[in-house]
Amino acid sequence: MYTSITEEERREMLRKIGVSSIDELFADIPAGISMDGPVNLPGGLGEMELLAHMEELAGMNHGPRAFIGAGGYSHYIPALVDHLSSRSEFYTSYTPYQAEVSQGTLVAIFEYQTMIARLCGTDIANASMYDGATATAEAAFMAMRSNGRKRIVVSSALHPHYREVLKTYAWASDSVIDEVPLREGVTDIESLRERLDDSVACVIVQSPNFLGAIEDSATIAGAVHSSGAILVACVTEPMSLGLLRPPGALGADIVCGEGQAFGNPVGFGGPMLGFLAAQKDFMRRMPGRLVGKTVDAAGQDAYVLTLQAREQHIRRDRATSNICTNQGLCALRAVLYLSIMGGVLRNLAALNHRRASYFRHRLLSKGFAAAGDAPYFNEFVVRHPRAMDIRDALMDRGMPLGLPLGGYYPDMRDCLLLCVTELDTVERMDRYISEIEAVQ
Amino acid sequence: MDTIFDYSVSGKNRFQLPEAGCEDYDPIPEEYCTVATVLPEVSEVEVVRHYTNLSRMNFGVDNGMYPLGSCTMKYNPKINEKIAAMEGFSAIHPLADASAVQGCLRVLYELAAALREITGMTFSLCPAAGSHGELSGAMIIKKYFQDLKEARSVVLIPDSAHGTNPASVAMCGFTVKEIPSNSDGDVDVERLRQLLDGNVAAMMLTSPNTLGLFDRNIREISRLLRENGSLFYGDGANLNATAGRARMADMGFDIMHTNLHKTFSTPHGGGGPGSGPVGVVDRLAKYLPVPLVAKGAQGYYLEYDRPDSIGRVHSFYGNFLVALRAYAYIRSLGAEGIRDMSDTAVLNANYLLACLRDLYKLPIDRKCMHEFVISDGDMPNGVTTNDISKRILDYGFHSPTVYFPLHIEGAIMIEPTETETKKSMDTFVNAMAEIRREAYEEPEKVKTAPRNTPVHRVDAVIAARKPVLVWEG
Repeated sequence: MYTSITEEERREMLRKIGVSSIDELFADIPAGISMDGPVNLPGGLGEMELLAHMEELAGMNHGPRAFIGAGGYSHYIPALVDHLSSRSEFYTSYTPYQAEVSQGTLVAIFEYQTMIARLCGTDIANASMYDGATATAEAAFMAMRSNGRKRIVVSSALHPHYREVLKTYAWASDSVIDEVPLREGVTDIESLRERLDDSVACVIVQSPNFLGAIEDSATIAGAVHSSGAILVACVTEPMSLGLLRPPGALGADIVCGEGQAFGNPVGFGGPMLGFLAAQKDFMRRMPGRLVGKTVDAAGQDAYVLTLQAREQHIRRDRATSNICTNQGLCALRAVLYLSIMGGVLRNLAALNHRRASYFRHRLLSKGFAAAGDAPYFNEFVVRHPRAMDIRDALMDRGMPLGLPLGGYYPDMRDCLLLCVTELDTVERMDRYISEIEAVQ
Repeated sequence: MDTIFDYSVSGKNRFQLPEAGCEDYDPIPEEYCTVATVLPEVSEVEVVRHYTNLSRMNFGVDNGMYPLGSCTMKYNPKINEKIAAMEGFSAIHPLADASAVQGCLRVLYELAAALREITGMTFSLCPAAGSHGELSGAMIIKKYFQDLKEARSVVLIPDSAHGTNPASVAMCGFTVKEIPSNSDGDVDVERLRQLLDGNVAAMMLTSPNTLGLFDRNIREISRLLRENGSLFYGDGANLNATAGRARMADMGFDIMHTNLHKTFSTPHGGGGPGSGPVGVVDRLAKYLPVPLVAKGAQGYYLEYDRPDSIGRVHSFYGNFLVALRAYAYIRSLGAEGIRDMSDTAVLNANYLLACLRDLYKLPIDRKCMHEFVISDGDMPNGVTTNDISKRILDYGFHSPTVYFPLHIEGAIMIEPTETETKKSMDTFVNAMAEIRREAYEEPEKVKTAPRNTPVHRVDAVIAARKPVLVWEG
């Protein structure tokens, strides 16, 4: 359907090749493997029919935003992000192997590496990972390669899905995971201290954590470093970095997480934008692509993929990772987003927090209880004996509310995790509060 | 060359945010807050001009022929971009209740079903790229033998394989043993026989292989592996040659991955996002990464109750908006279109091969599938594959894949794909003929290429010697 060869050209090409039919070109596929007829799929759709079909499917998704974050964040995306990332010189190119015709992608990734490193308070960042969960797993692997230890200690307030992915990767690599329990909605630092010895490769702590609370990262860093382990700081809501001190400045050696909130839609969970940043000691142990600055034959500035000796296509089974294709276009969107939002990111982050505090404050005045008193950014947990009933009743009114936590933490069956961003106006929150009053 | 940081002046950004409309009820303690400004402050027009100009220093499929072997740089239909931008897909939260996301779930369900028809395998769409699918597949191999209580630690991989193959299995603790190819480009079956013992967990084979050849011994290979109790992993990166012509399961593979950004035309995005679904034959389906999408009385749902699964491999369910484009592409093509896709890809590659065979050294002389490899083996005056690839840029094409596969010295791997026109292929052949003439008569022209590109030949050695990975002003 998207082919371009006419019947006459086909005959001419077959003549040039020296065969009489296309079937002859497939002669190496043995009989019995080669299919007799077409594959069992419906006939092709024209563009108009396809569009109608897809509109129908899109229409089967419904409901307004539900005040859910939990690793995927709905933020406003400035028009120029869609506009510029739709330039097909960007999106129809591939990994910039040929630097001379890829400076657009290379400069943008170099800028991305710089922005991410600065927001994280680290020396360097790579060109992107698949998503926050795999970036976290790769961060743990990088730590284990660095100090040769095999135990990973992880906070129970790390995103539950990230912990599951970490578990999968750790099982595959025969390493061990140890989870630190929570205390009042944050990582229990005393319990963490008890787990630290010279077998621990790294400690992974998310802040703001899965429950929205800001962890005491500086104290955690002190404890982790005194045991010789590496501190991996995970951030799933990077908007928080507009307001909060960078993890690197608080003592994190590696910073990883999810960058989707910067200019990428939630998109039913993918593509996301894993990021991985670290202090410079980790440079040659970094997985994934890195773009470096150099010069061309005429002596002018140019950019190129560098330190490729770490990578699978050179080092094969001794590579720092198997990653090849990453999330280039998502990283570009993040650069575009941070270019236009950079100067106001602090104000935007503050706006997120302020609106979240408003919703929390209003909910607490309507019979919901707080679940801990740690400071938070734009997510928080509220508790109510009838939380699930209230949620169901609101859902029936077309007003979905928050993420139930019982499936993740058995002692939080009466808890909802809520997220508020700049898209949620005071009016919208007030409407929810009125409905909550009405259904109670 | 300016970066966005070079435009930054404090106070220049005027992006206007809405008023909060409320006070801050829980101010974050100051000791947690930052004071530094770390991002550029630029005006909107500067952002637009900077990135518009950067885009003009890039070369994409929409600019011209992009014969990057094994990467399948085919045309990306514009309707699929429009579909992926629909708010009914792009704004949907992955943790919303299943009843509110039936459209997304149906897309995933139907795509997995279509991939099953095309390959004969059951898929999990969670892996975010081909190498991620491979890693998931390697985990399945590990889990399978763990369940059998067999300690098998070796995975056999041909010398022609993508680097991701050995890297993926190494992440699962396997040891890699390399199998040589024979002079016809097929797996050396005798050597395979010698290597097979009770310690071999699996063999990975790209089909068609990275020389663009369909291994004529594939049935023998799969029989030997089966008799040895080993699994057969199929790297489906090159599915674009065989979709609609032969199923991976019928070739004898037990596990495979496919790259939706290759065969199913989703844009490569300057290096992702891709999508690399992992598929298995029925007896291994219980090991697939969770969640799968299932269909029940209440509609579609995410299925987690799979106790033998290797577990979760992605934050959510994989690259949904990529899978969405692939689904749209498959629906556009339909049964006949899928076959026509492979047929034309193979026709185009063989046509180019026929045109280039007298101009460049052909390490293996066979009819190819969707791609083929030539080399710099008979170039005069010290002209190398790298020189040729840079000179190709001057003629307005992207370069083929170079120096891969590794076992062919100076390899130049060419994949036109089915969407290339005969006219552009003929122009490419003329350029390759001209480059050959230059190599004999004006070698400096080739050795100092490119000249007609936004920058001249880029020095990768300096970049690696003194790495500068962030902007320093």
